[in-house]
Amino acid sequence: MRYIFFCIFSFTLWMLWSGQYALHHPLVLAMGVLSCGFVVYLVSRLDIVDEEGIQIHLARHLFLYIPWLLWAIIKANIDVAKRILSPKLPIAPRIVRVRGTQKTDLCRVIFANSITLTPGTVSLDLDGEDIVVHALTEEAADDVQSGDMDRRATAMER
Amino acid sequence: MFIAAMIGILVTMALALCRALLGPTVYDRILSVNMFGTKTVLFIAVLEFLTGRPDFLDLALIYVLINFIGTLAVLKFVRYNDLGAEPEE
Amino acid sequence: MIIIDILSWICLILGSILCIIGGLGLLRLPDFYSRLHGGGITDSLGAGLILIGLMFQSGLTMVTVKLAMILIVLFITSPTSTHALGKAALISGLKPVVTDEHID
Repeated sequence: MRYIFFCIFSFTLWMLWSGQYALHHPLVLAMGVLSCGFVVYLVSRLDIVDEEGIQIHLARHLFLYIPWLLWAIIKANIDVAKRILSPKLPIAPRIVRVRGTQKTDLCRVIFANSITLTPGTVSLDLDGEDIVVHALTEEAADDVQSGDMDRRATAMER
Repeated sequence: MFIAAMIGILVTMALALCRALLGPTVYDRILSVNMFGTKTVLFIAVLEFLTGRPDFLDLALIYVLINFIGTLAVLKFVRYNDLGAEPEE
Repeated sequence: MIIIDILSWICLILGSILCIIGGLGLLRLPDFYSRLHGGGITDSLGAGLILIGLMFQSGLTMVTVKLAMILIVLFITSPTSTHALGKAALISGLKPVVTDEHID
């Protein structure tokens, strides 16, 4: 069942990218179908389609999460850019541990990737429930330890 | 205006190359090369608008994926000296 | 029409400036783990602004869809490779420079 879903998804993607030629040439269309089948075969050999599948309800939460994340990225970018440009280089790198309260793997990935995507903090390692974070400044460390991002990422599970 | 963006990207590529040449550890060099690859993607995307050939975007898309997989492959090779190694638990 | 042009130019110029700042950070910052942040600037907002500026130029066409796909793929893969780099460096025993002088 998962593989049928994956097959439809990859073929839709293929049509999106090279569809305008394929509609007039049956040979190109056949090649697309063949390549999709080959990819599905490779993926089934690798056994990397996970059990969680596609979570439709996540899309609703992403609409709220992505604008907030973009705003956080913009703020952090301006802060880090200022620090790089100032001649004294006012940085204070440090390692902090952040608790990730997410249950599902997907939300943990979203949380860790959001930490890394925000300049000033990079997630280095996963250690049980904790995420080891390298922060460039004290403010960035405080920001990620305040748990605001963690709450928003956890809220997406429902 | 595209030329200005292109010059900016080229300057960044030059800075990344400087770090790749200077870098004390091997990870500095991998970081610089990864960044160089990202800038190449942007460069191809801007070049598409400068020359007016929409096919270049497919190349940019492929380059993103190759850049990602290449970085991971180089990292694995540095760590295990073997691309087919099983990860240790 | 002229407003869209101006918006896209602003995005392109800001993105290029952020890219150059990130490259400068890559050169100036003292140790490897701090340099990850310099690379992070160019990957997140620098690349994003340049691609959004190009999207303004192309309007609602297939080109925009492809640029958006590049943006999404870049936003998923670039933190992943940054995390992989940081983790590999941590496992290999590269010690991060930590300043505690700002902690009371």
